[in-house]
Amino acid sequence: MASERQMRAPKGAKVLMVGAGGIGCELLKTLALSGFDDIHVIDMDTIEVSNLNRQFLFRQSHVGQSKAKVARDAVLRFRPHINITSYHANVKDTKFNVDFFKQFKVVLNGLDNLDARRHVNRLCLAAEVPLIESGTTGFLGQVTVHVKGKTECYECQPKPTPKTYPVCTITSTPSKFVHCIVWAKELLFAKLFGNKDQDNDLNVRSTNSDSSVQPIEDVFERKSDEDCEQYVRKIYDHVFGYNIEVALANEETWKNRNKPRPIHIKDVLPQKLCEQNGNLEDRRVDSSMVSAMSSLGLKNPQEIWSLRDNTRVFLESLMLFIDKREKDVGNLVFDKDDQLAVEFVTAAANIRASSFGIPLHSLFEAKGMAGNIVHAVATTNAIIAGLIVIEAIKVLQNDSCNYRMTYCVEHPLRKMLLMPVEPFEPNKSCYVCSETPLLLEVDIHKSRLKDFVEKIVKRKLGMNCPLIMHGSNLIYEEGDDLEDDIAANYASNVEKLLAELPSPITSGTMLTVEDLQQELSCNINVKHREDFDEEKEPDRMVLSGWSPTSSKKDVEVTTNGGSTAPEATSNDKHANDIEVARAESGDSVGNKRKLSEISVQTPPQANDGITSKEMPAEVLENDDEDDVVMLDGGWQIGKKKKLT
Amino acid sequence: MDGGGGGGGVGEELTAQETALYDRQIRVWGVDAQRRLSKSHVLVSGMTGSTVEFCKNIVLAGVGSLTLMDDRPVTENAIQANFLIPPDETKWEEGSIAKLCCDSLKEFNPMVYVSVEKGKGENALQSFKLCLRNQTERSDPSSFEEEFFDKFDAVVVSCCSLATKKEINNKCRRRPKRIAFYTVDCRGSCGEIFADLQNYAYVQEVIALPWRNLPRKVAKLYFAMRVIENFEESAGRKPGEISHSDLPNVLALQKQVCEAQSFNDSFIPASLLERLLMAGTEEYPPVCAILGGILGQEVIKGLSGKGDPFKNFFFFDTTDGKGVIEDITPATPPN
Repeated sequence: MASERQMRAPKGAKVLMVGAGGIGCELLKTLALSGFDDIHVIDMDTIEVSNLNRQFLFRQSHVGQSKAKVARDAVLRFRPHINITSYHANVKDTKFNVDFFKQFKVVLNGLDNLDARRHVNRLCLAAEVPLIESGTTGFLGQVTVHVKGKTECYECQPKPTPKTYPVCTITSTPSKFVHCIVWAKELLFAKLFGNKDQDNDLNVRSTNSDSSVQPIEDVFERKSDEDCEQYVRKIYDHVFGYNIEVALANEETWKNRNKPRPIHIKDVLPQKLCEQNGNLEDRRVDSSMVSAMSSLGLKNPQEIWSLRDNTRVFLESLMLFIDKREKDVGNLVFDKDDQLAVEFVTAAANIRASSFGIPLHSLFEAKGMAGNIVHAVATTNAIIAGLIVIEAIKVLQNDSCNYRMTYCVEHPLRKMLLMPVEPFEPNKSCYVCSETPLLLEVDIHKSRLKDFVEKIVKRKLGMNCPLIMHGSNLIYEEGDDLEDDIAANYASNVEKLLAELPSPITSGTMLTVEDLQQELSCNINVKHREDFDEEKEPDRMVLSGWSPTSSKKDVEVTTNGGSTAPEATSNDKHANDIEVARAESGDSVGNKRKLSEISVQTPPQANDGITSKEMPAEVLENDDEDDVVMLDGGWQIGKKKKLT
Repeated sequence: MDGGGGGGGVGEELTAQETALYDRQIRVWGVDAQRRLSKSHVLVSGMTGSTVEFCKNIVLAGVGSLTLMDDRPVTENAIQANFLIPPDETKWEEGSIAKLCCDSLKEFNPMVYVSVEKGKGENALQSFKLCLRNQTERSDPSSFEEEFFDKFDAVVVSCCSLATKKEINNKCRRRPKRIAFYTVDCRGSCGEIFADLQNYAYVQEVIALPWRNLPRKVAKLYFAMRVIENFEESAGRKPGEISHSDLPNVLALQKQVCEAQSFNDSFIPASLLERLLMAGTEEYPPVCAILGGILGQEVIKGLSGKGDPFKNFFFFDTTDGKGVIEDITPATPPN
């Protein structure tokens, strides 16, 4: 061991790394030191300041440059004679097709989002190239090995879907600070600064309001002669005062809840900002880095502001947007790196929290929640990268009986900080790596083809460039090279109800959906259904056969920040989270000794409800020390057998 | 997050620059921990693959200062698992391993003060020339006065003899302030970390514990490492200065030690000893990354007071892939 064999295996083996971030930097270094000499690395991101505490190949002077390129150059400094090929590109780009993937002996993922992970998984399956997948959050991490036909694929087990909240919790009955953050970011911020044409649930009530509230004039429109501070004070009164009063009028809602308190600007801040603070004129001195905190003299992002300070920040940040960022208003999307946006969202969430009796939070904490920022430290990434290289070498040696998935935990479990587990067999009902049909329940008289394409094919099935067939009829297809008349035909199809398509979809129809780039094809059986739970099934479509059946997708929590494949649907950083998967030992009953509990938790600093995850599982204590740990308990797919 | 609270001597706020740089990790361990970390001083003796990984991790994390000791000149063998020193022989003459590592580490984080400590009594050049003549000899802090260690909050040693480890550990122990002591060693695809935070046992006490009294199922690597360490000491070898040809002697020593301890020697597989011997001074880079990562976390926990440091050994063996914590302490801890 240590051994010549281990050191020799990497020589000449062409490997692909996807992602040159936290795990990627560590991985590229360890691969190079371990004797890998033909490494290709893809990353679409550029370097940011908050990367520098762990992505050690990057320096301050590299901020703004391609991660893949800078990482390559840095590693060549200490291993000048190896080949590293960098691609500053999105892994979902069509040039990275199945043939591209086929040239590699193994693919190593160091990604930060579910969408790109699913895409790479499919290409690896199609190209029949083994995939080593990884992820970290704080002190937690995991490495898994996916080899077609031998072990489960990345999508054999449903992944945690992005956290979503029911609309009425956000609009009317928040009980946690994160609900206030989602309201501030997805509704209020979007209403004030986003695209005016978008649907916005800001004024949705928890129950049908038969009260005599009629749609008033749009308070969000600033009148031409309206003074700026006058306008922002009016907005404040509307969202924190008037809207709460309207909600209170509905007694039913508050029978078993604490009533919120309307907050009016005159009670919190009777004087105008400009009257009480002479310095405020300073902010009119132009600056592209406008910040309400700095113009108000608030310095510490860790501090929890009073209601009054939050109110000042709210007004000031809103005025700064109107005043200094005029050209952005109307097309902004919340961005965690936009200081003014973070200030506005923090203040708005805190004022709302105050109204609902929810504890207030600092800007630092609010930013973490609003941006779904993943906790990250260098040490975990280094450990995970080491484990990836160990598995990669086993893959190159075709040492399949020694493949392991390894969990890195914060507190020892059965004395272990690094816990190897035998990989699972492929899930026979996986729609990605087996050919199991899915079931779609849908109202064929109410849903349009468009809904099916967007909500099911793209969002749920993660297809990039889909094609839909009904028997031998092609009913929909995407691509740049379509003939005009065909494209026009598809464009008319997508607007049609499913039952009214040229080849109508009925209950019992089987559709085939394909993505040619991913070389993925799956069959969907359609079943007509008329009743849907508006709260739980707002899409009015339920896809089953592989994924959790309850999917509450109401207000989506979108995230920002760099990723290797940013897409409307790639809104989860939670894919980084640890899932201590549960499996059943296939053979052993006799050596079952003691059941204990695994509890993987996020670090103590974890923000309320954002990433904290607890997954109980039972550990099978094994008599023979050299055995790997086997975890017990069924995932919803049913029993899984150890790979033997 | 109001100041003044339980922080204990960590007054000042982080600068805006620190807050921006350390944002992601502050979310893991908090501002107070980050402040304490930035006021801590760490000494590393012996620049091996594992300690290089460790140094990278704590420099990135933002420790206050890091002092490196390793007077050896750079050789090809010395940097096989070292990514801080480029393989450019013209550069190697510019200074010791510690010096070249220091130059590289400084770039990782301008907010951390990284420096080199030379061996005792020599001026820099003398010490370096001495080492050039006798390539494997290197000075370590064991000959320093006890007071020397007061400058540090944590001391990490790697690749040195058992006697040196004991000596440094004891010196740290005798100081009135708490100086955490760690050893880290990678032998091929196996690795070991020892930690003494001065609330449990010294190296020498731990090593002296009768094996048959240890908890059942202690990692086999613990015993194998002790046998190898013992062999190196009795045969007058430097750490890792061993090879497969030593196997008969090592097996004989193992038998002897086990008999003296009334311990079943079949518990230590010969194949494991064989692997450790064959490794010699080789370090398997993925294992260095793992050891440097685990040790980095432990030292950060110790320095920042955030989280529970492990007690008191960590083992990793690539063969089974387990990273195991072992608590090997006397039944009734001293004092």
